[in-house]
Amino acid sequence: MTDQRTPLVEMKNVSISFGGIHAVDNASVDLYPGEVVALLGHNGAGKSTLIKILSGAYRRDGGEILINGEPAEINNPRDAKKYGIETIYQTLAVADNVDAAANLYLGRELRTPWGTLDDVAMEAKAREVMGRLNPNFQRFKEPVKALSGGQRQSVAIARAILFDARILIMDEPTAALGPQETAQVGELIKQLKKEGIGIFLISHDIHDVFDLADRVSVMKNGQVVGHARTEDVTKDEVLGMIILGKCPPKAIPGPGAMQVA
Amino acid sequence: MADITQATQTNRARNADEHPVKRFFRATEIDTRLLGMVGALVIIWVGFQFLTGGLFLTPRNLWNLTVQTSSVAVMATGMVLIIVTRNIDLSVGSVLGFCGMIMGVMQAKILPQYLGLEHPAIWIITLGCGILVGAAIGALHGSIIAFLNVPAFIVTLGGLLVWRGATWFVTSGQTVAPMNSTFRLMGGGTEGSIGATASWIVGIVACLAIVGAILNSRKQRKRFGFPLRPVWAEYFLSVLGCALVLGAVSVANHYYWPTNIARRYADANAIAWPEGGLQIPHGIAIPVLIAIGVGIVMTFIATRLRFGRYVFALGGNPEAAELAGIKTRWVTVKIFMLMGVLCAIAAAISTARLNAATNAQGELDELYTIAAAVIGGTSLAGGVGTIAGAMIGALVMQSLQSGMVLLGIDSPFQRIVVGVVLVVAVWLDTVYRARAK
Repeated sequence: MTDQRTPLVEMKNVSISFGGIHAVDNASVDLYPGEVVALLGHNGAGKSTLIKILSGAYRRDGGEILINGEPAEINNPRDAKKYGIETIYQTLAVADNVDAAANLYLGRELRTPWGTLDDVAMEAKAREVMGRLNPNFQRFKEPVKALSGGQRQSVAIARAILFDARILIMDEPTAALGPQETAQVGELIKQLKKEGIGIFLISHDIHDVFDLADRVSVMKNGQVVGHARTEDVTKDEVLGMIILGKCPPKAIPGPGAMQVA
Repeated sequence: MADITQATQTNRARNADEHPVKRFFRATEIDTRLLGMVGALVIIWVGFQFLTGGLFLTPRNLWNLTVQTSSVAVMATGMVLIIVTRNIDLSVGSVLGFCGMIMGVMQAKILPQYLGLEHPAIWIITLGCGILVGAAIGALHGSIIAFLNVPAFIVTLGGLLVWRGATWFVTSGQTVAPMNSTFRLMGGGTEGSIGATASWIVGIVACLAIVGAILNSRKQRKRFGFPLRPVWAEYFLSVLGCALVLGAVSVANHYYWPTNIARRYADANAIAWPEGGLQIPHGIAIPVLIAIGVGIVMTFIATRLRFGRYVFALGGNPEAAELAGIKTRWVTVKIFMLMGVLCAIAAAISTARLNAATNAQGELDELYTIAAAVIGGTSLAGGVGTIAGAMIGALVMQSLQSGMVLLGIDSPFQRIVVGVVLVVAVWLDTVYRARAK
């Protein structure tokens, strides 16, 4: 990598195991400002687990995380948010029974000077943000349960960008969406990228993310197969990395790369 | 701004096609589920009125009904939050018994040694101690559930046995009586009611609060340019709210003191005994005021505070709440502490009403409390429930029991009816939810 800037995020030799199974084994990935890195791999390759370590949902067993070149202590989701890391989970992680505004501000509610919830201000801000993301969205008073998959997705995305995230993690962001909504998410990613936000896109489907990503990092069996710039590799080569662990010539091999005799 | 006006216009256009009844509910934003419950209550009341030949809907019976409801209603408000977070508390009856016994011993045996009998501060110190004990028990339950990951069902099932046993040990099974006379006011009765004038004042303050709340919400919505309720709907809600409050006050003021108590009072105060008898109105009973106060505070906690928001988010999706950075374990501990405090308040009401603290106090109350919350629309699947609903649920249960007593139905059969009603109510609710989807 010729980039001399400090990476926004650098995860070095991170490992975690659950009951003897090495879900993530000695994995290293990095992310620069304004860059989209796709983290690819089969189901169970360890992508989501790796990223949940970054977002504070899991605690790593070993390795270190650097944010802007400085070691970061991330033990729970609150710590991660302090570093400007926002995550959109595969399961969306919205509270179904409360409305959009409540979900946007969950854990960081706006309050009046008396310490009560300032629902009106939160709804006003929610209308503003949602208006930017999804102008057709009108159902602010209804529980999120009543919304469509795409609308729920926009709520989850709005929550992540509402608080000036610097690092955005999107776990299968388009898995539940129709083609039109997928295109919307793509537009949104480009827009966020322009604002200098670093984005991790996690997917098991290369077609979802190949055109959006600047780089790909491929994982297999908990290990990193390799990293590559998307302009240097073809989709087929990346598929080879995902399925066989075979590193193409222009990619940088990781510990999980197939050893060529 | 232009968008909003356009949106309201399309809304209006859509509203015009609607059925007038539907439009009415949309405009007034009345919760139809709550309305359904009130409807069920009215049917029960009118039904008993016919069956008892006009004994049910009398000021006297209604007044007693509300007093009898207050203890369970207080606990039901806390049970809502517990069930909303997918927990359960089976120990509330025993915790009530234990807190009641502690408060009984406190005011009848311990405090008089230091302060003398009938000292005016006894009731408040006693209540404070009871609340502390309740909060400590709740904190213990909550901590075991949240930090040791023992299911709430088991922890509180254990609590049901432990605290009932502990109640016995406080006095080796002896009943403690009588209670301090100031403390006894919390139980209602002739003395424990606030009289006609104070009741009207309470009623008028409540009316002002209703109108104030409606005006304030309108102002807030205007500030951010949100769609407003139509003006007629605002007037309708204000008038309805005030009419209900003043109606209730009027009923309470039409229940007069029993003749012999009134006569004793007249003799004591040298009032001449008039021809038709002295009619001194009870007014609102203090336990009812306590229950309403608790209901208001709990509604405030549940809907206006961050804690309440977390409770509902936790119930809706525990994983999402955790990932959003909510300290879910602490929220669980706090919910159970709150439940313990409410058990202590309920214990104060029921010991004061009985004028004694007994071993058996609050037995089966856990079931009535859970039933009240569930009849009141709290979903055992979590995430859904209202404080007001649970309090109405408690009133429904008490109305059934009280009506059956008036009809002279045997107590075993009363239990059968209450049990059947619980199951039917939950079934109806399931049907309603399935339709709403």
